[in-house]
Formats: sequence, C-alpha cells, structure tokens
Amino acid sequence: MTVISALLVVGSLALASALLMGYAAARFQRERLSLVDKIDALLPQTQCGQCSYPGCRPYAEAIARGDADINQCPPGGALTIGALAELLGRDAKPLDPGRGTSKLKQVAFIDEALCIGCFKCILACPVDAILGAPKQMHTVVSSECTGCELCVEPCPVDCIDMRVVDQGMSNWRWPRPQDAPRMGL
Amino acid sequence: MSQTLWQFHGGLKLPGHKALSNREPSIPAAIPERLFLPLQQHIGIASRPTVKIGEKVLKGQLIASAEGYVSVPVHASTSGTVIDIGDYPVAHPSDVDARCIVIEPDGDDVWVERRVPAQCDLLGPKAVNDMIRDAGIVGLGGAGFPSHVKVNEGVENVVDTLIINGAECEPYITCDDRLIRERADEVIAGASLISRTVQAKRCIVAVEDDMRDAYAALEKVLIGDIELAKVPAIYPAGGEKQLIFTLTGKEVPCGRLPIHIGIVMHNVATAAAVYRVVHYGEPLVSRYVTVTGSVVSPRNMQVLLGTPVGDLVDQCGRPDGPPKKVIMGGPMMGIPVQDERVPVIKTTNCILVTDALERGPQMPCIRCGDCVDVCPVNLLPQQLYWYARAQDFDTAQDLHLFDCIDCGCCAQVCPSNIPLVQYFFFAKSEIAAEEEARGSADRARGAYESRTARLAKDEAERARHLQQGDIGESRAKNDRGQKKAYIQAAIERTKAKRATAREREGSPKDNATVGPDRKSTPESNE
Ligand code: SF4
Ligand code: SF4
Ligand code: SF4
Repeated sequence: MTVISALLVVGSLALASALLMGYAAARFQRERLSLVDKIDALLPQTQCGQCSYPGCRPYAEAIARGDADINQCPPGGALTIGALAELLGRDAKPLDPGRGTSKLKQVAFIDEALCIGCFKCILACPVDAILGAPKQMHTVVSSECTGCELCVEPCPVDCIDMRVVDQGMSNWRWPRPQDAPRMGL
Repeated sequence: MSQTLWQFHGGLKLPGHKALSNREPSIPAAIPERLFLPLQQHIGIASRPTVKIGEKVLKGQLIASAEGYVSVPVHASTSGTVIDIGDYPVAHPSDVDARCIVIEPDGDDVWVERRVPAQCDLLGPKAVNDMIRDAGIVGLGGAGFPSHVKVNEGVENVVDTLIINGAECEPYITCDDRLIRERADEVIAGASLISRTVQAKRCIVAVEDDMRDAYAALEKVLIGDIELAKVPAIYPAGGEKQLIFTLTGKEVPCGRLPIHIGIVMHNVATAAAVYRVVHYGEPLVSRYVTVTGSVVSPRNMQVLLGTPVGDLVDQCGRPDGPPKKVIMGGPMMGIPVQDERVPVIKTTNCILVTDALERGPQMPCIRCGDCVDVCPVNLLPQQLYWYARAQDFDTAQDLHLFDCIDCGCCAQVCPSNIPLVQYFFFAKSEIAAEEEARGSADRARGAYESRTARLAKDEAERARHLQQGDIGESRAKNDRGQKKAYIQAAIERTKAKRATAREREGSPKDNATVGPDRKSTPESNE
C-alpha cells in the first residue's frame, strides 16, 4: 500500500514536473518566437542588409539572441531605435555611424533604354519588386520597392538609379503646425 | 409646417455675410482662355484620360473615365482642343501640382449629342444610377463623394429618410441659396427622382431658417409628399451628421455611415444635377459658385468646371490695393489658393477674396474649455490638441480624433489663437501615413519571406541534382561562358547608346526624381 502510494506520489510528481517543464519549454519557445516577431514588426522591412544581417528578420533574431545591438538599422533611424529600446526596456542610443545614415525614402528606377535584360538585379532584389525575363528589359514596381539599393551594384551597365520619392499629393503629409498665421473669422 | 427639431451640441452663431452675394441673380461666367480639368475632383480613385493631346472635344464629351467603383468620369466643360495633359496647380493644402487635362476652348460652346431616355420618369434604379455615374456627379456640397455610390447604397438598403441638404451654413457662401431660388423646380424634381430611386419612405428638403426666399421658392413648386424644413442657422447645421440629428434626432454612430441608420443625404445642387442628366442628358460640366468678399461686385456665377479662379475674381471686379488672399471655400473650412490658375472643380462652392481672416499670434492654451463647449461632435479639442502636439496619436485616436469633422468651431473660439484644426489635420495625416507605411512593410515582409523560402527550395533542388552526378557541371560552365560573352557585348552596346544619349541631353542621371521628368506623359505614369 505504502509502496503503491509512494509510487503514485513519485509518479504524479514526475508527471507534474514533466508537464511543467513541457509547458515552460513551450512557453519559453513561444515567448522567444514572439519576441523575434515583435522586434521584426518594428524593423522597416527594407531588407537592405546594412545591419550586416541578410534581412530584417535575421537581424531581429540576432537582437533577440543578444548578438546584435539595437542601433544598426539605418533605414529605421532614430524612430526604430527608440521603438526597439522601448520594447526591450533599454536606453536608446544614436545610430551606429559605421552602418550608414538614414535618408529619405528612395525607389529604384531602371533606365529601360539601357537595360540589357541580364537578370542580375532580379536576383538581387530581396522583395521581388523587379519584373522582367532574361534578355528582356526589366522594370521596377515602385510600390513594392523598399529602396534597399541592393540591385544598383550588380547591374553591369549601371542603368539603375535610386530616386527620392516625389512628394506627390498622395504621399504628402500635413506639416506639424508652428506659430503660423491661420484662417478664422 | 411644424416639425420637431433637435438641437446638436455646440456650434456657433456666426456673422453670415450672405447678403453680400445673394441679392443679384446668378450670371454665366465667361468661357476662359484655358480650362484646367483635374483628374481628381472627387473622393476616391483618380480618373484616367481617354483623350490625346491635340484632340478636338465637344462640350459634355467624356475626357477621362472612372477607374473603379469609387471614381467618376470627367467631361469637357466646353468645346475646344486638348492642348496638354500634365501637372498644374490645384486647390490643395499641399500646394502640390496635380494631373489635369487642359482644354483651349474654341468659343463656340458646342454640345456633344445629349441622349435623353424615352419616358425618363419611369427609369428603374439601375438605369438612374448608371446615368448619375456616367454624368460624373459627386457631392456638390463640398465633400465630393461620388453620388452614384450613395444612391446605390440607398437602393440596396432600406431608406427611411432621404434628406436633400440646402442648409448652407458656412458664412459668405450663397451658391445653394441662389440655385434654389433660380431652379427650385429642378431641385424638387431631382429630390423626387432620387427619392423614388432609393425608395425612401420620407424625403425632406432642408434649408436654414434665414434662407427665406429659397424656402418660398421651394414651397411654390413642391410636389408629392416631399417635406420642407427650416433648421436654425447655427454653424455647422449643414454638416451631414448635424443635419441628420437636427431633423430626425438620430445619431450616426462612430465610424458608421448615415445609410447604416437608414438615411441618405444629398446636396441640393447634386439633386438638380441628377435631374439635369436624367431629363436633359447633361453631364456635370458647370456649377454655381459664389464669388465674394472684397471683390467689387460679389455675386453668384454659373461657372464651367476648370475655369481658373483668377478669371472669376477679374469678372467680379478685382479689389484695388495690394493683392488680397484668395480662398477656395468658406472662411471656416476653405483652402487658401496660392496660384490664380487654380481651377474651379466639382466641389468648389465659393471663391472668397479677403484679408480679414488673419489671427493674432498663437499663445499657450489657458484651458478655458471654450473649444469643448462649441464642438458639435462633443469632442475634447483641447485634449486632442495636446496629444496631437505630443504626437501621441494612439491617445488622440482613443479620444475619437477621426470623428472630428474639421468644422473649425474650436479654433474659431480659442482665445489663444491655437490653430487646433491644423493640429488635427497633422495628426490624421501622420496616422494615415503610418498605416500606409505599416502596410508596405507588411507586404515587403511577406515578399521577403516567400523569396527566402523559394531560394531555400532551389538550393535543395540544386544540391540534389549535383549529388545525382556531374552531368550538369560542364554544361553549366559552357552556359556561363556564353552568358559572359552576351553580357560583355550588351555592355558595349549600352556604352555606345549612353554616349550618344549624353551628347544629346547632358547627364540626366544626377538630379533625377520620380515625378517631374515624366510630366505630360500620362501613359507612362502607371
Ligand atoms: S538595416 Fe536593412 S535589413 Fe537590417 S533591419 Fe534595417 S532595413 Fe532591415
Ligand atoms: S474642428 Fe473637430 S474638434 Fe474642432 S469643433 Fe469641429 S469637430 Fe470639434
Ligand atoms: S479654447 Fe484654446 S485656450 Fe481654451 S481650452 Fe481650448 S485650446 Fe485651450
């Protein structure tokens, strides 16, 4: 009887701890996963690699592992650094100047008269924003281009420009008011 | 005509300045030297040009077609020649140019053939709706929402009340007043047509209680069981949700549309335009515009769409002295016009020439609460201002920023001259931009993930092939050699091409941006 109850106690303890550990592991896993997701959600998704990782998600993973600092993303600039600092409960710091500088949003533009259709830019584009077949001229889908510049370098005929996105009416933003005079009766 | 009226919160009793412009009958404005017709005169997707530069067009001819459901076509407002399709100034707070079709009128004002359906009184809802859409009619009260969309919603839902809005509440503006006095029959006929189309149980035509002559004119031509209503002249009585509340006591819930509570509202000028397309086959090519303020003879004019505002100021007598500010719209919600070439569009109700609207320097908020008292939507403008300024947009949204109707009452009464509405515009536009950025980041993330997966699969495939033997290897080498030669040849060709191109036009590569160098070529834009 005592043996049985002892066995039962040990067994249930084992079961409980197994459950607990399994739960902890799952929970840990989930938290780690969601941390990467959370970090990734704050990155600009330019996929430019300036952070020294092959894309935003790998950089997010590196931050979550503790391998990378939070100030390595030039496209995100101070805004992204601030958001990461808040998420991770750390102090914000200036952008690591060795990675580049944050600049106005650009999109790639292929001079279709010069393009030889070599396909190299298509291979380089991390977000499949360039359309074209081998030996046919290529073109960039501006709305999908993240401005990562990765296609510029591989082009053998140097026909890809990065152009600052024009301030058209659709992407115009209302400026923050200052002490400007205004209308009213 | 004793109706129960409800009284919305806040609002302002403002000096109307209506008598300045509503005494004289309206006159047609002269045909200008050039008409500038923007492709976007409505809320929704811009229309697409269907004419080429150099093409001759007739008055009422389609020159740009609707792109999708929430979009409307544009018609030539007089006969002439299309001389450009390019970017020109329009009335917009950004001062950014917008794509316009430019017509040089021939002066003859010849109509295209206008088709009027036989028995136009018996048309079914679909037919009426198609005619409204093809006529390019949008909300002429200022919002510019495509009318066929609203009518269609009315057809598909149960409509308790159709309200025809003639409560022209913003100071100085009298174009609806004049239109009603001069074309009351068209307004009523249009109202009854829309009412029949959406099968409204009730139809109310509402004006402000100081529009006595307009009311009398409507009374004279009233037909069927259309009701008339006078609402107190308290700004913004003509605001959609405010007028609905005043007339029915019903509130449109946050983030919902009037149709959700069984109400459809159209402006009086829209009703008249609907009548004109169904009975005369006329698309929307002109409208009533009030030209007022310090011009020599303020009045209302029937203006061809696309007419530059400067022409109207000249025709009503440019005031002496230094140039004055020109505002498109009224003093509360209008947009300052920087360039007098800016055209009258479908939503232009008023051109106000004045310098009297300047306010003193901005001072800190003294928490007087005046703004809260006047807000017709019951918001807390002072708090909204605080969070917009601090760029805490989440909290601003929690405080119902997007329910703000931009009426300007709060800024009007603010003793500290704080441009409250500008802060709200700023916050709304930042939130919209943020959402847009989040959307494109999500798309980029998705594209990146699917590409990464694809590359991994390709890599695995290659590894498997290699394992199966070396067959591929020599062919690949061969291939690579050929490819190299091809690329080399192509590079040479391109170099030559580029050299000649440079000779011709210098180096265009350096100061390139996406937009401007593609002006005047609409086809290449999309
Ligand atoms: S540097 Fe480029 S790849 Fe790295 S996180 Fe920033 S945008 Fe993404
Ligand atoms: S502008 Fe907006 S916040 Fe100000 S009074 Fe009007 S609705 Fe209220
Ligand atoms: S009216 Fe102006 S000063 Fe008064 S509480 Fe509102 S924002 Fe502040």
